[in-house]
Amino acid sequence: MNFNFDPESNRYQFVKHRYKYFLLSGLLIGLGLLIIAIMGINLGVDFESGSTLEIMIQDQAFTSEEVEAVLADLGLEPGSIRLIGNNNEIAEVRFIGTLDQEQITQVRQAFAEHFGQVDINESTVSPMVARELARQAVYGILLASVAVIIYVAIRFEYRFGVAAIIALFHDALFIVALFALLRLEVDLTFIAAVLTIVGYSINDTIVIFDRLRENMKFAKLKTVEDLEQLVNRSIVENLPRTLNTSITVVFAALALYLLGGEGIRNFSLALLVGLLAGTYSSIFIAAQLWFEWKKRELKKKLFHPQNA
Amino acid sequence: MRWSMILIFVAIVIGGLTFMAFSVDEVVSDITLGLDLQGGFEILYRVIPIDEDQEITQDLLNDTYTALYRRVDAMGVSEPDLRVEGEDRIRVRLAGVHDPEEARRFLSTEARLSFRNTDDERLFGGEHLKEGSARAVFDEFNQPVVTVEFKDPELIGQVSAEYLGDIIVIWLDFDEKTDSFAEESLKEDPKYLSAPVVRQPFSTGASITGMPSYEAAQELASLLNAGALPVQLEELTARSVSPTLGERAMDLTVRAGMIGGALIALYMLLYYRLPGLVAALALFFYVYLVLVIFNWMDAVLTLPGIAALVLGIGMAVDANIITNERIKEEIRSGKTIMSSFRAGSKRSLRTIMDANITTIIAAGVLFYFGDFAIQGFALMLIVSIVLSLVTAVLGSRLLLGLLVASRAFDKQPRWFGVKESEISEL
Repeated sequence: MNFNFDPESNRYQFVKHRYKYFLLSGLLIGLGLLIIAIMGINLGVDFESGSTLEIMIQDQAFTSEEVEAVLADLGLEPGSIRLIGNNNEIAEVRFIGTLDQEQITQVRQAFAEHFGQVDINESTVSPMVARELARQAVYGILLASVAVIIYVAIRFEYRFGVAAIIALFHDALFIVALFALLRLEVDLTFIAAVLTIVGYSINDTIVIFDRLRENMKFAKLKTVEDLEQLVNRSIVENLPRTLNTSITVVFAALALYLLGGEGIRNFSLALLVGLLAGTYSSIFIAAQLWFEWKKRELKKKLFHPQNA
Repeated sequence: MRWSMILIFVAIVIGGLTFMAFSVDEVVSDITLGLDLQGGFEILYRVIPIDEDQEITQDLLNDTYTALYRRVDAMGVSEPDLRVEGEDRIRVRLAGVHDPEEARRFLSTEARLSFRNTDDERLFGGEHLKEGSARAVFDEFNQPVVTVEFKDPELIGQVSAEYLGDIIVIWLDFDEKTDSFAEESLKEDPKYLSAPVVRQPFSTGASITGMPSYEAAQELASLLNAGALPVQLEELTARSVSPTLGERAMDLTVRAGMIGGALIALYMLLYYRLPGLVAALALFFYVYLVLVIFNWMDAVLTLPGIAALVLGIGMAVDANIITNERIKEEIRSGKTIMSSFRAGSKRSLRTIMDANITTIIAAGVLFYFGDFAIQGFALMLIVSIVLSLVTAVLGSRLLLGLLVASRAFDKQPRWFGVKESEISEL
């Protein structure tokens, strides 16, 4: 396998079909927002205070009924039970409303009576803290975006910065929508995944813009077609790098997802989706956004050559 | 062909790999693992006033911090991590604690001891206890009791003399609104600690009887010695990871990381040939360096930390890929291997710097504005990026430069993943 693409070839028209990509992304983003809006109301467990218990027994498998029966004896009704682990040896039980210390002790004892040795992980998140953490991350990302735009504006041109940030939000939104859809808990892992994708997405886009800027030095931009060709060429020249970087990072994320254990599964899933979205957006969206914007400037110049 | 360059290359690689192989165990075992990877208990408290008159000040927060620290100390937890967050929060992290429920109870009880009459009037309280005087012992009936001594025995003697032949109830954390002796005394397991009949005035000290076990007596004695909390604590979040599950997460993550890393190295080797080999070696150095630096910074390795590490691997590989693609482009344009390497390295450097600086800026802003959890991630991200630059730019360049300078690969574009047919005539 070898990714060799001839930049001179007209086979790769990444700019020409840009409206299709915009439409696709627009639809997906709309769908994502819709999911967030609808599922967000149903999220419940995530944003009301709740407790999650992860119960593991030695070399044995659970069934949901068994877990439910043990909890019912204690008068506890779980919000959800999920069996995880390679052989269903871990039960993840979520409660709406927090369990107090006594109740957790009772749960531990009850499971120990039924199944012998048990290990229990417990996490309780109050709604205030979950929201605060999410808000902090959002503020952080917004501020970081502004800083990135300023840096890119100094080093390149502000349009590059803005386009890179739009691509970044595009990628981050997919993770948020995914978490809303799969009803995964918004916790530190989630925040870490989003921040990781923020880093990756910026990096991935800036490299293409760097090539674009370099090619611009030698290009004589007289027509919109020139600009289109320039963007196409820059994307094509960067394709081997974009694809190879994505493939290698996906290797790492996939290995973590498949083999990394339950604690890291949400994280690696978010990472995988974010990486794919990031790769897609850096090939099909980011430079095309810049093109759309730059085109306007070019047209102005073309119609008013005396101002150029 | 210059064999000396090849020899230096081989010496660096073998020397480096040997050094890493022998020291990696030590480096890894020194790294402090987060709760999610070694088990333990983390709790975030909000400090709330005991009554309306109390205001949460920085001093009060510090006092609470100190009291909590003494309690953690009394539990015998090694390397506890306590920190004040914001204006009214304290986070406590106890690694390796096996009984989170006990730790929680021990931490959050206010431990306000009070001596009251049967009408619940307060006679005197914990403020009169001699510091550090509480002891768990067995009394003459071989029952576990806690003995305390008073700072001012005369005063206590006077007060208790009034209750000769009557009962003095000893309470822990008496709640003025809900607790009453009249109610509790009817219960099988009353909330108060004990209700002894005063046979003689308390002179030097008092015994608290009715302890269910010697362990309970010891716990109460340590609590009293550690001192009462000046405030109430409300749990905001709590997380406990059993050591078994933590260890399991660690094992699985490390194995997954190794397999992922091996796949990346293999892919780079197959795709980029010689520069791919260098990239794979640089990747080993990168992971090793990250662990050394994390260790040196006393950073706690958590799952988000591993996230930063993964992203760093991605960035390091990306820098190698950018350089290698550039070199390939230059070779294809018909330049010699030597000048392709030089031009490719030079032209890729600016791209790599721009991309990495942009990410560092984002991480820096997150570090500056984020709370501690986000800060930890951002800091590790910055460290990862800087190290990925060091290994991918300096390390790879040095190694590949040696190979190119040996001239063994002149006119061997295949070693760089370029077919002869792709090279255009100059």
